[in-house]
Amino acid sequence: MKSGSLGSYIARRLLQTIPVILGVVIVNFLLLQLAPGDLATVLAGEAGGAPKEYIDQLRARFGHDQPVYVQLFNYMKNLLFLDLGYSFRQSAPVLELLLKRLGPTLLLMGSTLVVSLGLGILMGLLAALWVRTWKDHVISVVAIIVYATPLFWVGLMLVLVFSIWLDWFPTSGMEDVVAFHEGWARFVDIAHHLVLPTLTLSLFYLALYARLMRASMLEQRGLDYVITARAKGQTERKITTRHVFRNALLPVVTMAGVQTGGLLGGSVVVEAIFAWPGLGQLAYQSLFARDYNLLLGIFFMSAVLVVIVNLIVDVIYVFLDPRIRIG
Amino acid sequence: MKTFWSRFLGNPRVYLGLLWLGLLLVVAIAANVLAPTDPFAIVGKPMAAPGGEFWLGTDSLGRNVLAGLIHGSRATILIAVLATLFAVAFGTFMGAVAGYYGGLIDDVLMRFTEFFQTIPSFLFAIVLIAILSPSALNLVVAIATVSWPPIARVVRGEVLTVKSREFVQAAVVAGQGDAAILLKQVLPNTLSPLIVTGSLLIATAILAESALSFLGLGAPNVMSWGFMIGAGRSFMREAWWLVTVPGIAILLTVLAINLVGEGLNDALNPRLADL
Repeated sequence: MKSGSLGSYIARRLLQTIPVILGVVIVNFLLLQLAPGDLATVLAGEAGGAPKEYIDQLRARFGHDQPVYVQLFNYMKNLLFLDLGYSFRQSAPVLELLLKRLGPTLLLMGSTLVVSLGLGILMGLLAALWVRTWKDHVISVVAIIVYATPLFWVGLMLVLVFSIWLDWFPTSGMEDVVAFHEGWARFVDIAHHLVLPTLTLSLFYLALYARLMRASMLEQRGLDYVITARAKGQTERKITTRHVFRNALLPVVTMAGVQTGGLLGGSVVVEAIFAWPGLGQLAYQSLFARDYNLLLGIFFMSAVLVVIVNLIVDVIYVFLDPRIRIG
Repeated sequence: MKTFWSRFLGNPRVYLGLLWLGLLLVVAIAANVLAPTDPFAIVGKPMAAPGGEFWLGTDSLGRNVLAGLIHGSRATILIAVLATLFAVAFGTFMGAVAGYYGGLIDDVLMRFTEFFQTIPSFLFAIVLIAILSPSALNLVVAIATVSWPPIARVVRGEVLTVKSREFVQAAVVAGQGDAAILLKQVLPNTLSPLIVTGSLLIATAILAESALSFLGLGAPNVMSWGFMIGAGRSFMREAWWLVTVPGIAILLTVLAINLVGEGLNDALNPRLADL
């Protein structure tokens, strides 16, 4: 593949993301219009009431006295320069708050992706190799049960068993802040805190990928190219590892890309349970503080994150599946 | 060739699923008979362990957990089923119109659907409820808003394959209007994948409803399983059953729906059953 064609492919895909981002901006703006009480009344209420003139003055300052389409235009212009507004609750620009919380969320999502994909693919592969034996049945039944388990309940049960009863892992936080660990000790400390949140967020996707991988393996095994390979005299082992396994991975990769949005939603619940200092916990806090600027900022950031991940998955896909012609 | 019913009911997993769902339905309908007192009423001393006077113990305020579970089944099922019905209605409309008319309409509607599939759906539901304020109706609206895209895609795909068949062309020649053709000729032939997707959607809706209630975004003053878990969370150290019991109820219900949904799929599409 020529690098030029890949570049133009990425450029074309980038262009396709513009309507999605624009859509999120418009949805955000509409939701802000729907929100009960505008910023001016909230601020005035906070100050213990204010005369109407003052509220009008505030509205004029925020541009809320202008027609809706002008407000929408201003809102878009601000977002274009990554100005996501100001969180009056946290007394900081929304973007600054988001960037501070992005790292922990990406860490949680990354470790979840590795665990759920790695173990899910392995379990699905084993189940397919052992198809219709008791081992396959055990994997399938466990996967069906895990698939039906609410995420937040898994988290609480893990806390109950492994933190409260067994005292193996901490119940909350990302690190032991008062211990002032540095270097390697800090790494170990964070990894220790990461185990339960990762496990909580992973289990559902692990089950999903395991089931998908099993079905995909069984489907690929019945295709013509397997018969061709067998006729060439290739060993069953090589057919499985070289041909079937690689092709069976494709739907799992697609699914993993599709699930990014779900992963972000799940992280709200997981971060709320484990007090993990990421975007999800910030969203949870902003819910009850009625901090709509912040909440919608998180939504915007998450949507952008999903779009970026989808783009990356599409590019990976081109490398994985040479049948896709991108020219 | 076995009939649909023998394939469907001959599946032991479907049997187990239907058993639990049937039990649940009876409990939900007869909630006021089975547990006549208000589930929010304080009936005993707080945090009594299960197995005593109250089968499943009491919570931090002395409310009967079993009564909460029984009444909670109502809210959970009702909200999930209503949300699914709305999602199926809207998704079917979008998918049918997009698939039937094709061209520019299809393009626009499908971009719209893709948009809703791309944005993080649970987060979107949270944002919607936070801004619309938590209530049973807003829960239904929020869950339906984030769940219709798969329905639209399924229906569109089916409509695309059905609309070029002879009986549809015959209806066109016979002078039937678009609405009549869609409703009488095309849509009945998309029913089986719609039923499968729709039934599995109820399970997703239950998970969404309980997660939202757990976060404190559920309907106020309505007992639901997610709310019970959220309320019991702070007392896990002293009273493990407050969180464990409603969670098992959610797990079993979602599992039962998934088993029945997959059984439906196997029975309606026998060629795919082996996968």
